[in-house]
Amino acid sequence: MKDGLRAVFSFARLGALLIKEFIQMRRDRITFAMMLGVPLIQLVLFGYAINNDPKSLPAALVATSSDPYTRAMVSALQTTGYYRFDRVARSAAEAEFLMSRGDVAFVVTIPADFGRRVERGDNPQILIEADATDPAVASGAISTLSTVAGQALLRAQGTQETAKEAARGHLDVVVHRRYNPEGISQYNIVPGLLGVILQMTMVMMTSIALTRETERGTMENLLAMPSSPLEIMLGKVLPYLVVGAVQVLVVLAAAKLLFAIPFMGSLSLLLSAVLVFVLALVLLGYTISTIARTQMQALQLTFFFFLPSIMLSGFMFPYRGMPGWAQILGEIFPLTHFLRITRAVMLKSAELPAVATEVGWLVVFVALFAGVALVRFRRTLD
Amino acid sequence: MSVIDVRGLVKRFGDKTVVDHVTMTVDEGEIVGFLGPNGSGKTTTIRIMCGLLTPDEGEGTVLGFDILTDALKIKREVGYMTQKFSFYEDLTIGENLEFVARLYQLRPVEEYVSRTLQDLGLTTRRNQLAGTLSGGWKQRLALAACIMHQPKLLLLDEPTAGVDPKARREFWDEIHRLASGGLTVLVSTHYMDEAERCHRISYISYGKMLATGTVDEVVRNAGLTTFVVQGPRLDQVAEALQGRPGIDQVAPFGATLHVVGSDKAALEKALADVEKEHRGVTVAPGETSLEDVFIQFMSGSKDNIA
Repeated sequence: MKDGLRAVFSFARLGALLIKEFIQMRRDRITFAMMLGVPLIQLVLFGYAINNDPKSLPAALVATSSDPYTRAMVSALQTTGYYRFDRVARSAAEAEFLMSRGDVAFVVTIPADFGRRVERGDNPQILIEADATDPAVASGAISTLSTVAGQALLRAQGTQETAKEAARGHLDVVVHRRYNPEGISQYNIVPGLLGVILQMTMVMMTSIALTRETERGTMENLLAMPSSPLEIMLGKVLPYLVVGAVQVLVVLAAAKLLFAIPFMGSLSLLLSAVLVFVLALVLLGYTISTIARTQMQALQLTFFFFLPSIMLSGFMFPYRGMPGWAQILGEIFPLTHFLRITRAVMLKSAELPAVATEVGWLVVFVALFAGVALVRFRRTLD
Repeated sequence: MSVIDVRGLVKRFGDKTVVDHVTMTVDEGEIVGFLGPNGSGKTTTIRIMCGLLTPDEGEGTVLGFDILTDALKIKREVGYMTQKFSFYEDLTIGENLEFVARLYQLRPVEEYVSRTLQDLGLTTRRNQLAGTLSGGWKQRLALAACIMHQPKLLLLDEPTAGVDPKARREFWDEIHRLASGGLTVLVSTHYMDEAERCHRISYISYGKMLATGTVDEVVRNAGLTTFVVQGPRLDQVAEALQGRPGIDQVAPFGATLHVVGSDKAALEKALADVEKEHRGVTVAPGETSLEDVFIQFMSGSKDNIA
């Protein structure tokens, strides 16, 4: 029995594989630099570039009257920072044309009887039309609208009523939009980026782990020496777990320093979840590497996995906006579960019970990938 | 007890039978040469013996361990040197040896590594990347790494391909030194001079074992007769000999022709005819060489090619 165990696992042999792997990692300077540089570059690039709450969007105003109420409304909308009225359309048709050409993202229509209705207290209305081809563009601008417009109206009326009551009672803001996404902000992007960056580097690096040995001819030697499949797997996977841990620290520090992302929840909970996630990723990469015959195939498989996981995980598009079947498909990606955990822990200060199910899913992935990899591993050259 | 004792090994890749009922025994302390043309199944047979491939048919033991069930035990006692250099080119010489020493759990690692480096004469180049070594040094490093764990059996797959004569000579001296210490060696090769340095040889062609024994036995059992032809205008004589009944091989050797045939009577008749036709040509009995035997084997089985 003891002899059997020694055949399957020995720390000394694992140590040999680990040391060898770390040396190779250090020698391959470009890859090593990429593993540390890529997370930082991507974080800065995407963190600053991707903004789902754009401001100062071009807007057209359709107003036939220029009474004080109309003017108050326009200046209030402008001070939100979302609307930049650089066009005044004479008619609804002209405004329609501007929007269809993409010159403006919004058309704000204040009817001619707006001022009269305000004075009569007869449910005044304004119409905001948003260009919803990119649904995320309009969401911020629209969400602030109701309050802002109500307050502006009150100030113009000189009433002492509280803003909220006034907005509810009097002003009717009609919003036309066909799609209503989750309100995504940079606070949401950066925690998500953590998952995406980890997935990108971890899966890619480990997916070529075995195929590289095969292509260089060193696999034959490795198999001829007394190393068990478990040792070879751990020897490949553990060094990348360390790299992943370094990446996590880089991204979290940058999130704090560069983007001032509020960190609400427990750091130890987040780090434990990240550890499980990275383990799932490196094992997934390793599994790919037991299936692929060449490094090229391994990279193709990685990308085949990569794109849908970004699209369907809720990183790029609101998860709840997807149809049921797509949501089920989204569940098979570790990234989906990890995104829920990071966002919940970082932004909503969720505790373990709240994210236990998601962490459980990640553990299932770890067990599944490790199992498949060990079964798929070719002990021989057959 | 035989160190290698395998019977009826068969290995197919797709519909191609690469190893076709190979039976082989190697005794302790023997150096056995494994000969055959490219693609004849030498590498595959060696890989089966060290547990890297599972045979489709056949059975046997290596060092007393079953090749089908005890691959891991075999791996621990066997040193296998692959045809292509298969250590890590991006690791230094020292790091490669340390890796092997740790994997075989040789302790203390440093002692094994520095002794090996000293034996190799590579102590000063310990920190050089293995990928920057020349072919001959790579081969020496690979051999040293294979024997560091003191295996009982050494399997060498064309170890001297692309290595200069002096390095080959030193390599073979080392092999004989190891064998005299009780190590058993199975070495595949193309080179006739290397075959003659082996205690016994086995000749395999297109997966089939065609001959086995000492060099003399193999030559004798081939049943070939050889004559040496001397005289002027040997190129014309060679042309005249080709294709006559009884003539299997005509090969120029310096200022002579080696004429080989398996049917002695027919060969003698053909030579007597040619001797008459060409003025000044003399024919004398010659010694059949191992190479003549192998050429004969190879031409005999050429129809078998895939």
